[in-house]
Amino acid sequence: MAAVKADQLFKRYKKVQALNGVSLEVGEGEIFGIIGPDGAGKTTLFRILTTLILADEGTASVNGFDVVKQYRDIRECVGYMPGRFSLYQDLTVEENLNFFATVFRTTVAENYDLIKDIYIQIEPFKHRKAGALSGGMKQKLALCCALIHKPTVLFLDEPTTGVDPVSRKEFWNMLKRLKKQGIAILVSTPYMDEASLCDRIALIQEGKFLKTDTPQGIVSEFGTTLWSVKSNQMSKLLNDLRQFEAVETCFAFGDTHHITFKKEPPTEQELNEYLHLKGHKYVYIRPIEANVEDCFMRLSGKTLQS
Amino acid sequence: MSQHQSITMPEDVVILATDLTKTYGDFTAVDHISFEVKKGEIFGFLGANGAGKTTAMRMLCGLSKSSSGQAWVAGFDINHQSEQIKKRIGYMSQRFALYEDLQVWENIRLYAGIYGVPEREIGPKTDALLHRLGFEREKNSLVKSLPLGWKQKLSFSVAIFHNPSIVFLDEPTGGVDPATRRQFWELIYQAADRGITVFVTTHYMDEAEYCDRVSIMVDGRIDALDSPGNLKKKFGAKNMDEVFHQLARGASRKG
Repeated sequence: MAAVKADQLFKRYKKVQALNGVSLEVGEGEIFGIIGPDGAGKTTLFRILTTLILADEGTASVNGFDVVKQYRDIRECVGYMPGRFSLYQDLTVEENLNFFATVFRTTVAENYDLIKDIYIQIEPFKHRKAGALSGGMKQKLALCCALIHKPTVLFLDEPTTGVDPVSRKEFWNMLKRLKKQGIAILVSTPYMDEASLCDRIALIQEGKFLKTDTPQGIVSEFGTTLWSVKSNQMSKLLNDLRQFEAVETCFAFGDTHHITFKKEPPTEQELNEYLHLKGHKYVYIRPIEANVEDCFMRLSGKTLQS
Repeated sequence: MSQHQSITMPEDVVILATDLTKTYGDFTAVDHISFEVKKGEIFGFLGANGAGKTTAMRMLCGLSKSSSGQAWVAGFDINHQSEQIKKRIGYMSQRFALYEDLQVWENIRLYAGIYGVPEREIGPKTDALLHRLGFEREKNSLVKSLPLGWKQKLSFSVAIFHNPSIVFLDEPTGGVDPATRRQFWELIYQAADRGITVFVTTHYMDEAEYCDRVSIMVDGRIDALDSPGNLKKKFGAKNMDEVFHQLARGASRKG
């Protein structure tokens, strides 16, 4: 049985079509990433699946329970960490955790094993009010509270937004340990580099999935050759590449530019000569493997030129 | 320059911090940081959550005073001339940007007025700005009706509308789609080319590569400061993400 299943979900808020026919299936113990920018529909999808709002059209189930008819059963077995910090700011770390355990008719002691690795890190501050915690500690407390009733499916809505790269990596290591316990995890993120940490991902934009596959699957279907180009004048290089007739797309990517060519690509030598003529030195051109961000931009059809 | 804290600063230095420190009780949020930022430079101010970036930035913007140490921004002392500083800087963050219930032109008009842009310049400058961004048709739209990426670009343009010496950008690209994130950086380059100094924080390490120089804060200190190229060499790292991990992994303050 699928942990989460959604079939052709639609949701509209006045003028905005937040979800425009989204379908997905998440297996037991799978980490499934929903990847896309703000406003793409990620939170709306999470709120429908956690039975907080109703879809206009389409059906969905969690652990086989229907999100409309059996919403009470779903609420018993899922953990949900919303994007905005939603714990009680005036309660201490310990009080928040006890409160959530009690609401689910269990105790912290009973499921301590599940949260131990995470809770240890915030235990020194257990008498501090949740509102006075730093961002990273709030995030860990929220995860503990979402886990304390031993859910079988975990919904994490942008748990790493605004979090620095080191803390993000630690957070993903926690998720991998939870996965080993058989918990299915549906997680959303705007950081494309986190895609490779998921078993499968869906790229979402304007309420639609552009593609659903394993990260390797997405990358392997880039569809054309991607080139990395560098020179001694990176800012000028961006403009010069865009003016080169055969270049289709050209984006800055950290310390290199990524380009694709139109149907008839030039030889490396032709491009090299053009760039030297434009005054570039130390020109470096090499075919590379696309990453998820390259794929997102290609699939979304957005180019800098448009 | 005020008589008590005046120093002679080289003309091309727009930010100078010497042993800048901020303590709250027995907690040292910013611990004797010293650095300078040059005119027209894109300066990346990186660090883990809780490393002290926001505290340092608030002092540099004239919003809070230092506990010890000094800093000068656009030639003015942060502890004694904060009002002069506020006139000469622009500020943009992901959280506070524009007034959602005002139209695009009204937002520009409001900020231009606050920053004292001469009345007769506001109209033509507004039109030129909207033209450059390709937003002419949205002039009378409410800001809340714009897509996030547009809001961010507009918000940046508003922050530099009064031609400040420095613009402070606090995680300006969080949550924005990849193509818009790159368009945003092209606006940053254009501003820097016009001589506006850009002081920017980000959690995207590919964006650290676009900066002229980058500082990395760990536990309130600046533990590294150099061009991305030199930092990568120094730490034997293939990209800035690796540099960041090597430095921030050892932090005792975790966000």
